[in-house]
Amino acid sequence: MEHYNMNLTLKVWRQRNSKEKGKFETYKVENISSEMSFLEMFDVLNERLILEGKEPIAFDHDCREGICGSCAMYINGKPHGPWKANTVCQLHMRAFKDSDTIVVEPWRAKAFPVIKDLVVDRSAFDRIIQSGGFVSVNTGNAVDANAVAVEKENADKAFAAAACIGCGACVAACKNSSAMLFLSAKVSHLALLPQGNPERKTRVVAMLNQMDKEGFGACTFTNACEATCPKEISVMNIARLNQEYFVASFTADK
Amino acid sequence: MTWKQIFTSSIGKKITMALTGVFLILFLIVHVGLNACIWNATGKNSDHGRMFNIAANFMGTMVVVRIIEIGLFVFIFIHAIQGLFLEAYNRSKRNVQYAINYGNRGSTWYSRSMGLLGTLILLFLILHWINFWIPSRFTGVKDQNGNIMEFIVPGTNIHMHNLFALMQITFSQLWVVIVYVLGCISLGFHLMHGFSSAFKTLGVHNKRYVSMLRGFGYTFSIIVSLAFAMMPVSFYAGWVK
Repeated sequence: MEHYNMNLTLKVWRQRNSKEKGKFETYKVENISSEMSFLEMFDVLNERLILEGKEPIAFDHDCREGICGSCAMYINGKPHGPWKANTVCQLHMRAFKDSDTIVVEPWRAKAFPVIKDLVVDRSAFDRIIQSGGFVSVNTGNAVDANAVAVEKENADKAFAAAACIGCGACVAACKNSSAMLFLSAKVSHLALLPQGNPERKTRVVAMLNQMDKEGFGACTFTNACEATCPKEISVMNIARLNQEYFVASFTADK
Repeated sequence: MTWKQIFTSSIGKKITMALTGVFLILFLIVHVGLNACIWNATGKNSDHGRMFNIAANFMGTMVVVRIIEIGLFVFIFIHAIQGLFLEAYNRSKRNVQYAINYGNRGSTWYSRSMGLLGTLILLFLILHWINFWIPSRFTGVKDQNGNIMEFIVPGTNIHMHNLFALMQITFSQLWVVIVYVLGCISLGFHLMHGFSSAFKTLGVHNKRYVSMLRGFGYTFSIIVSLAFAMMPVSFYAGWVK
């Protein structure tokens, strides 16, 4: 694809802190290369804002390789922008044309309060993981990798679920602000493996309770989350999560 | 886990919706099947509602059916109340709305509008109960002048409600026919999402069953809602008399 430069109009959500009300501000950016990533375009804009003595736009980012799940922007009505199976850091400016107007918002959910501008507090996900997204293993020598047999098909499914980077795009896209796709990925990748089996019942109940406590909504299977997920986590994981919950709750001892 | 904990979690709330929803789907099969008897009153060999009246009378007087009917109302009530609460619960989880909507990416408008479609169906049901259920159970099946309409099974001395005649009178009004058709369209879209979604909520995740249920769900939704919608239309158009 041919390289080109473009001039763009950005409408970016600015919010000083979680207490104050935010609003959109319009910025013009010029000579943006089609080979830049979306975050690099923001870097260019921020450099200019700093030189002008203005407050730069705050946004989350870390690896810029599409694997850490830090970047989170709701671009023109879609988390992570227009490309499929993609994160913002891997979104390149060739996705846009000269003189386009781009609207950038933070994730909107009660459970993800805005900290500043485009940065939201996603620690609710950490607390969900802490409540049960692990396996308890005694210390000592590592077990031989071949000692526990895992069916290939389940290993693949578990791996596909474990690809979740916890970016929160599913919550941002869901009309109910539900974290069910995230939760289901975390429950599924352990439920599908023998290592996760001993704690499967307590895990699903504890993690779901934590999710409800954090203030996420319930799943209504619209499949919007799957369509926006940068790692293409399947909504069938949610159905598996439901089965895990069904079995765990109805077969509970008391 | 207590029962309360099971059913008040966000998945538990959905399990309630799914279980009652599946029961209501089963009810629809009985309802549409039985009402289809009106089409025995078409053309030259019309039975003038004989088969329909006998079938409706059986359902109205049979003790087992009457007991199940109580369950049906309880389930409709739970499904509607829980559905409305769930809609409010889910809406409360986003206090600042997006400037640009996510739109139809990956999802259909009707899957996102189950609360609205359900409310329309509930409003339609109120009219439906006033039209048929209340007269047949409580106030009596009467014509426009308030005279009791009875059906006497030909060749016998068996008297019963003439619900067929009541349908004829009710569906001679165009506005009622339009409301019924709109109600059936809402039901169709509600089922298109609800049918397969209910089973996913109950934990069906195997590919073979999920695709089977999706196909069956679409077919069921279209056939059932179309059959229901054709009933008032058949009366209004005079195909059934």
